[in-house]
Amino acid sequence: MMTPDTAALTGGFSDAPCDAARAFRAILEAMARPGRIYPVTGATPPAPLSVAAGTALLVLADGTTPVHLAGRFDTPEIRQWLTFHTGAPLTAPAEAAFAVGDWAGLLPLDAYRIGVPEYPDRSATLIVELDALKDEGARLTGPGIEHEHRLNLPEPAAFRANAALFPLGLDFIVTAGERVAALPRTTKVEDA
Amino acid sequence: MKEMDQYNFAYLDEQTKRMIRRALLKALAIPGYQVPFASREMPMPYGWGTGGVQVSAAVLTPEDCFKVIDQGADDTTNAVSIRKFFQRTAGVATTEHTEDASVIQTRHRIPEEPLKEGQILVYQVPIPEPLRFLEPRETETRKMHALEEYGLMHVKLYEDIARHGEIATAYAYPVKVEGRYVMDPSPIPKFDNPKMEMAALQLFGAGREQRIYAVPPYSRVVSLDFEDYPFDPSKAEHPCALCGAEHTYLDEVIVDDDGGRMFVCSDTDYCAARRAAGHRGAMAAPYEEEETAG
Repeated sequence: MMTPDTAALTGGFSDAPCDAARAFRAILEAMARPGRIYPVTGATPPAPLSVAAGTALLVLADGTTPVHLAGRFDTPEIRQWLTFHTGAPLTAPAEAAFAVGDWAGLLPLDAYRIGVPEYPDRSATLIVELDALKDEGARLTGPGIEHEHRLNLPEPAAFRANAALFPLGLDFIVTAGERVAALPRTTKVEDA
Repeated sequence: MKEMDQYNFAYLDEQTKRMIRRALLKALAIPGYQVPFASREMPMPYGWGTGGVQVSAAVLTPEDCFKVIDQGADDTTNAVSIRKFFQRTAGVATTEHTEDASVIQTRHRIPEEPLKEGQILVYQVPIPEPLRFLEPRETETRKMHALEEYGLMHVKLYEDIARHGEIATAYAYPVKVEGRYVMDPSPIPKFDNPKMEMAALQLFGAGREQRIYAVPPYSRVVSLDFEDYPFDPSKAEHPCALCGAEHTYLDEVIVDDDGGRMFVCSDTDYCAARRAAGHRGAMAAPYEEEETAG
């Protein structure tokens, strides 16, 4: 019988090394080819966290990476689940290595670390939960994209402002259901 | 208990792989920038590809087909032992054919066969900092990258021209990635530099120096040069003595005590495939032993 107290103990990887390896490969390809959508599974986190976002957190987060749960994603169930499976400390946006939430919950973007000129890698990665991922909408060009990709991004202007910070800036993993795409700071975003 | 069960998948523990994976994602997000990472001791000495091995361990999945080359060859000691290492610790399939491989770990070459989407090229890197021989202090080179201050590198290339009449750098020829970071392409011959604009992912691991960097697919990779001394990806003026190819990178092999020599493709898989397709060079054997053995 599943009680609220034991629910957090379930929903992890069934074969951690191999599940994590396969899921990371999808995320790696997604980050290398911005806007292209890849299937990703492995974790079954508590709602409203999607399979893709939960899997990304299990692949990337651990005790050395503070995580910020934004807006309606900051629930006791998600807190317990993430703490049990990753040991990641939960923090405010300013200290977070990863943040997860829907677009409205994650704002404002200037609350997160964007790195410093000597170490632009010390910046946050935001996991943005959308209702669905579609290869239509904003036009993406830049490194990793041969001609152009398209992705239904919530607010193209915000991604343009982030790209203008290069080499500093935030990187985004965009998730919906069992699908993942990514948007590094290098991608040029134009309105549809 | 099978031998493979005695190791975690792909040797490294999960905490280490997560740390390397986070570094790889940041490396792809900032093309050409060297991300520091906590390099581990590996069961092989520094200088034998520990950086490449750690990157390979972090990206391999059980379904991968793995190829390792050392100076283009699949059958050298380093390549054979790294291939066996992942056969044993990850149980992945291995191959010598560039086309069949999904992950290729390389020391000092890019395969002649153009790489495709879905493939990953992992470079072993000895000295990741292109400015290191010009400025030994890490604090200073880091500042130079932050300020995009690469004048020193152009002075070095200019001095080459003043002294030798041309840019004398033949390998580890510096490149600028996406118009921002100057990057060491690892000690590949400059012949290979133009191939770095490719469809596959390129990941670089330097174990001793604890740096990871990357070039996403289809990124602009420009070899540094001057308008009046443009970059020249030179090669030996010979065809391959075994397969007759005139467009490949060649190794010079001394064949006797009288200075006799031959030039052969450094990419052994590419050369063998050409010979299998019927191409013959000037010094090719009249028949192949394998073909007559049966």
